[in-house]
This record gives sequence, structure tokens and C-alpha cells, in this order.
Amino acid sequence: MKVSVVKDILGANEQIALENRRLFDEKGIFVLNVMAAPGAGKTSLIERTIEALRDWLRIGAMDGDVASSIDADRLARLGIPAVQINTGGACHLDANMVRRGLSSLSLEDIDLLFLENVGNLICPTGFELGEHLKVMISSTPEGDDKPYKYPGMFSAVDVLLLNKIDLMPLLDFDMDTFRRGVEALNPKVAFFPVSCKTGEGVQAWVEWLLAQRVRRLQVWHSALEAER
Amino acid sequence: MHELAITQSMLSLALEYAEQASAQRITRINLVVGEIAGIVDESVQFYFDLISQGTLAEGALLSFRKLPARFRCSACGQEFPLRDGNWICPACQGLGGQVISGREFTMESIEVE
Repeated sequence: MKVSVVKDILGANEQIALENRRLFDEKGIFVLNVMAAPGAGKTSLIERTIEALRDWLRIGAMDGDVASSIDADRLARLGIPAVQINTGGACHLDANMVRRGLSSLSLEDIDLLFLENVGNLICPTGFELGEHLKVMISSTPEGDDKPYKYPGMFSAVDVLLLNKIDLMPLLDFDMDTFRRGVEALNPKVAFFPVSCKTGEGVQAWVEWLLAQRVRRLQVWHSALEAER
Repeated sequence: MHELAITQSMLSLALEYAEQASAQRITRINLVVGEIAGIVDESVQFYFDLISQGTLAEGALLSFRKLPARFRCSACGQEFPLRDGNWICPACQGLGGQVISGREFTMESIEVE
């Protein structure tokens, strides 16, 4: 006997992601899913952003790694609530891991939440977490061919940061090759070259991020108005 | 390599439908996999054989129907398939574009006794 199913197998994840998103919207938390290869500078960028914004916003972080609490410890040293999620071998965060991690954070006290994904350019794109923005960090030592090799991630993100631009003089990284690939795959993506080491370019990213949060506040505000 | 997590979701979905149909055994699971879904058939099969042991789905045949990837070129609007793993438009040589299909991973049906 044949039983018809016709269901998205990742539907369970999507469902939990929607629930996470509803919770974030209800609590007024602006959430970023930060994705990159290992070593591209995810934690460094989050540290830079915290330093720039902590006087204005209450920031929290959730760090996904296969093992260790190194990242959450780094961010906790900046005085923000940070939860480490060890994925136990899994190559990405999923919506359920995030939901469990949220129980360790005081959501009433957070305006901006970073979900630092596991270092990986493939798997994280398949799993919605409930975030408002998908942030990707690429870095110059990885090479200018990465958009061509990992089109799935480059085409899925809202904003792309190219980190370690201070190393450009030492590398054969061709900015035009990189930009051509990115623009073809994702013409609408916001792009910021930065160096988390020197701080170059970080201000432009932070300003853009604040503008995105203001837009989100307006969306929440209109939703509240509509309910009345 | 997230096939284990995916295979677990797939198995629980199949078991849920088999139980609803009061089936004794699942003999076949019909899956549709998009070409750029990032899912490796052999790997799903490998994990399935391990984790389905002792369930209604033990020994079930997994059937993978491949769905080709199709893109719409962002430069010239041409629709095109994946060629040698490249997302390149044959008309204008532009890279990428909107993904029309190829990211699917769905369960169409199960066959039960």
C-alpha cells in the first residue's frame, strides 16, 4: 500500500525557526545569523561590533561550535551574556539548538542577538534559525574564488563582510574577481570590506547594522499599530 | 555532512505516516532530492541502515528521484541548468541568478505493508 506524504523533510526545522522568529519579534530582539568558514573572523567581528554598540544596545550571543567554549568565553569577557552551544559534531546550528540555547539567556534584557554559526560554508544555509538577517564573513586569505566555489552561501545572505583587508598587500587576492562573483550571485547584498585587526571599515558596517535595526523597529511598530 | 540529522528527520516523518496507516512495515520510501540541496544519497542510505534498525522502517528501500537545478540568469533572464557544477549562464556567461529549483528535499510517499 502506498501512503502519500508530500512533505518537506526539513519542515520540522522551518517550523521551529518560525516559532523562534515569533519569539524574537515579540521580545523586540534583532537577531543575526553569522556564517563563515572557520577562522574567517566571526568572533572577531562580533567583538568589534559589541565594542562599538554596547553603550547603546544590550547585546547577547550564542556560539555554535563542535567543541569547546572558547568563543562564548571571549564574548563573555566583554561583559555580554554569551551561551556556548556544542553541536556534538553537527556542522551547523539548527532551529532547535537555538531554541534550547535561548532558555539560558534573559531575553527581556537583549536588543541585539548574534547567533554565531559553526564554521562552514555549506550546511548552515540549509537551516533557518529564525534570524532577521543572514550575515556572511569571507576573508582575504581564503581567496578571491570563494563565491564561485560556494555559490549557495554567497547567494543566500543579506550582508557580506570581507575581513582581513589589512593582509591584501601580502596576498594575490583580486578584489575585482571577488566582487564580480558576489554581484552576479547576489546583486542586492550589502558589502563591507573590513579589518577586525585594525578596525578599518568596521564603522561603516556598524552604521549599516543600526539602520537595519531601525527598519526592523519600524516593522514591529507598524505591526503593533495594525493590531490596534 | 549533516546527513545524519536529515536522515533522522526523514525516518521520523516516515514512521509517523506508517503508524497513522497502522502499517506493520515500511518497504519503500520515495524521496525527491534537488541537485543543489547538498544531500548525498549514499550517505543518507548509510545512516538510514544504521538508525532504522529495530523500527518499522528496517530494511526499507530508499528511492531518490533527482530534481535538476534550474536558474534564471540575473543578467539576461535566460533559464539554464547546472553545467559541470557551474552556475554559469550559457547565453551570456553570467554567473549565478535566481534558483528556480534544485534545493528540494521532500518525501513524496512511503510504501507499507
